[in-house]
Amino acid sequence: MIDIITNMLAMCIPFSVALLLASIGEMFNQRAGVFNLGCEGVMAMGAFVGMLIPFLAGGGGSVPQWYNALGFLAAALLGAFFGLFFGLVTVTFRAPQGIAGIGLQMFGVGTAGTLFRHFVGGTQSIPGIPDVDIPLLSRIPFLGDILFSHNVAAYLAYIFVPIAWYILFKTPWGLKVRAVGTNPRAADSMGINVSRTRYEALVVGGALAGLAGAYLSVAQAKMFSDTLISGRGFIAVALVYFGHWHPLQIMGGALLFTLAQTFQTIVQSMGISFPYELAVMLPYVLVIVVLSFTSRNQTTAPTALGKPFNREIRT
Amino acid sequence: MTEGRAFPPCLFSFISAMDNKIRSLRMEHITKRFPGVLASDDISISVSEGEVLALVGENGAGKTTLMNILMGLYQPDEGSILINDEPVRFRGPEDAFRAGLGMVHQTYMLVPNMTVTENIALGYKKAWKHLRLDMKEVRDRVMEVSSHYGLSVNPDAYIWQLSVGEQQKVELVKTLCLGARFLILDEPTSALTPQEVDELIVLLHRMTAELSIIFISHKLQEVKALSNKVTILRHGKVVFSGNTDDFSSKEIAAKMTGHEIVLPRNPGGQDRGEAVLSIKDLTVMSDRKTVALDHLSLDVSAGEIVGLAGVSGNGQRELAEAINGLRKAESGSIMFFGDDIVNKSPHDVIAKGMGYIPEERNTEGIVPSFSIKENFVLKDISSETFSSGIFTKQKKIDESAERLVKRFDVRCPGTGTAAGSLSGGNIQKVILAREIERKPRFLVAVYPTRGLDMGAVEFIHSELLKIRESGIGILLISEELDEIMDLSDRIAVIYKGSIQRVLPKAEATAERLGILMAGVKEE
Repeated sequence: MIDIITNMLAMCIPFSVALLLASIGEMFNQRAGVFNLGCEGVMAMGAFVGMLIPFLAGGGGSVPQWYNALGFLAAALLGAFFGLFFGLVTVTFRAPQGIAGIGLQMFGVGTAGTLFRHFVGGTQSIPGIPDVDIPLLSRIPFLGDILFSHNVAAYLAYIFVPIAWYILFKTPWGLKVRAVGTNPRAADSMGINVSRTRYEALVVGGALAGLAGAYLSVAQAKMFSDTLISGRGFIAVALVYFGHWHPLQIMGGALLFTLAQTFQTIVQSMGISFPYELAVMLPYVLVIVVLSFTSRNQTTAPTALGKPFNREIRT
Repeated sequence: MTEGRAFPPCLFSFISAMDNKIRSLRMEHITKRFPGVLASDDISISVSEGEVLALVGENGAGKTTLMNILMGLYQPDEGSILINDEPVRFRGPEDAFRAGLGMVHQTYMLVPNMTVTENIALGYKKAWKHLRLDMKEVRDRVMEVSSHYGLSVNPDAYIWQLSVGEQQKVELVKTLCLGARFLILDEPTSALTPQEVDELIVLLHRMTAELSIIFISHKLQEVKALSNKVTILRHGKVVFSGNTDDFSSKEIAAKMTGHEIVLPRNPGGQDRGEAVLSIKDLTVMSDRKTVALDHLSLDVSAGEIVGLAGVSGNGQRELAEAINGLRKAESGSIMFFGDDIVNKSPHDVIAKGMGYIPEERNTEGIVPSFSIKENFVLKDISSETFSSGIFTKQKKIDESAERLVKRFDVRCPGTGTAAGSLSGGNIQKVILAREIERKPRFLVAVYPTRGLDMGAVEFIHSELLKIRESGIGILLISEELDEIMDLSDRIAVIYKGSIQRVLPKAEATAERLGILMAGVKEE
């Protein structure tokens, strides 16, 4: 029994990384007042490009690790580019963000799948990145397996959480982002370029979504398929609300959701007779239930979320 | 779009670094069109060093638009701005700041989910150390400015926790922190107590030694006390310009509105009936979880107006919300026509006949995106008058709306117009019309005339007095001592969540109330 629990918890950290990165990225978007429902599509593109580079380099065989790093970099750049594009549509042309986001999602998922069939063909696996046992710490009983023997990308992602917190709350850029997402008119009156700040946040958010996708294909599944992302981009958007636009709370949400997911896989693998369709639903039901019961603290919310800003339109 | 000669930013900062004194500022022939509105029509103003120009006019006269043009928030369609006789062009507030201009806006330019210090840091670029924000430096600057000018603010409070009056102080501190040498104040006194207004006027007078001020106001006493020159706008045009000292308040008011205005007063002389609203030992927490009302007790009788005077932030908002079921009371009772309504739902309180004019007219008083007629029936949409149980009775709603718009002189293109697009005075008329039309048994009116022009104030005051005449009790919460003294039968002074003292109108003077509002006990 203890093995099963250890197993479940040990899976939790690496499996939560994609959600964590994508939702932290989405948090920057939303703090700046733009919600990007296209996260799913950007993740799909990131996952495809991230996997494509080590695959082409090694033809499915082993490749030096820096090809994987190159895959992540390409995914981040592509994600940033999509962020820029989304900025053009929603900030400059002030298109409705919800619709634009759904468009981006469909474009990303569809394009990634098509290009995958063109360049790769069928299911092909790549070696991915190995797990690293941190010396000494990984030998701590119980905790060692859960916390200290994962792949490098997972460690980096978790180290990024406090960095994201610092960026958001302790740097001038974070201050600008929070201001333009809550009261853009006030930010504007203080000489802050609202559009530029929103673009910047979208680029950062897009890059993180791209990285999240690449993590799924390179580090987690070690392959790409059309259904690889399977709604994680939308869960990431939900986690931002769940976490009240705060990096640490978002991390908690990502872990909780992943725990529910690993729990259902383990329940299935143990052969308990329980309709698996219901077990698969569990994490999603959990998100809905928790979202319904969390207090909606309007005092931290970016209240200009979803509203295009136009200085000369009087409201 | 034609515009004045543009300075490249580097050249501009060079000039301002060389000579950062603003010896004169002129706006010449400024014209600005918004879709369907000519907001500024060939306006020219000029201010020299050490001068205070009062920009006077009714709501919608185009004062704020003109100042937004000056700050670079809007680009003028025609006309130019000259500083020290050099044409300048501000592409945004950043350029205006660099030139030494600072503006305190009428609608506060503050981010509610950030602290006072963070809000000021937003413009305080000196503390921007690339990867780090030097919050201590900003905080020190805030403390320095606030103690120097006697504008007490808590630098660590979140804006959403502050009352409107406190937010105004934050705005003033912010502008001063950012080093403005030319101040533009858009109705800066609307939320201050009389003492604070006097202090501010003294302070601003002292500051004219170093800087010039443009001061937007409807309050003519302040215009008289503070300004050297006055420019009056009406419908986007300058109708008058001259030296303040050459004209009386009455003359200026007449030029502003086009006719003379006499505010109505409570004639007094009605016998106090039985108390219909009786608050006993009410204790309520604020948003910050501090004690907002501390065992507050107060009675209001039928047919009397009780004015609640006090510096904003002393529990007025919490009291109004607790009476109307919008805030939970920790202890105490509110007897309303014999029933205890403490901690009842707003629906129950409304059903008992409570009328409420809330503090935030745009967010609490109306649904801005709803039409005027929809806003009229917000509280009665399930009543038999307007609903058959399944469908609304559109005809009834339309008829009643037309009648109310006429009776309350709501100026609007039609009753289908979104209420949020109206001016403040007209929104307030919509709220007043709705509350009066419901024939309430009691009315709580919170800052009913804040930010309104003289014409609208006159109208609302006379309506409130009419309600009183008809035997309905009113609790009037206001920071305007003139308003309270004109309208009230009795005046209660609130300080730190309890009633300092209740004075009959005859015993209340501005000085005495001011002392009580500052928390000094008198025996």
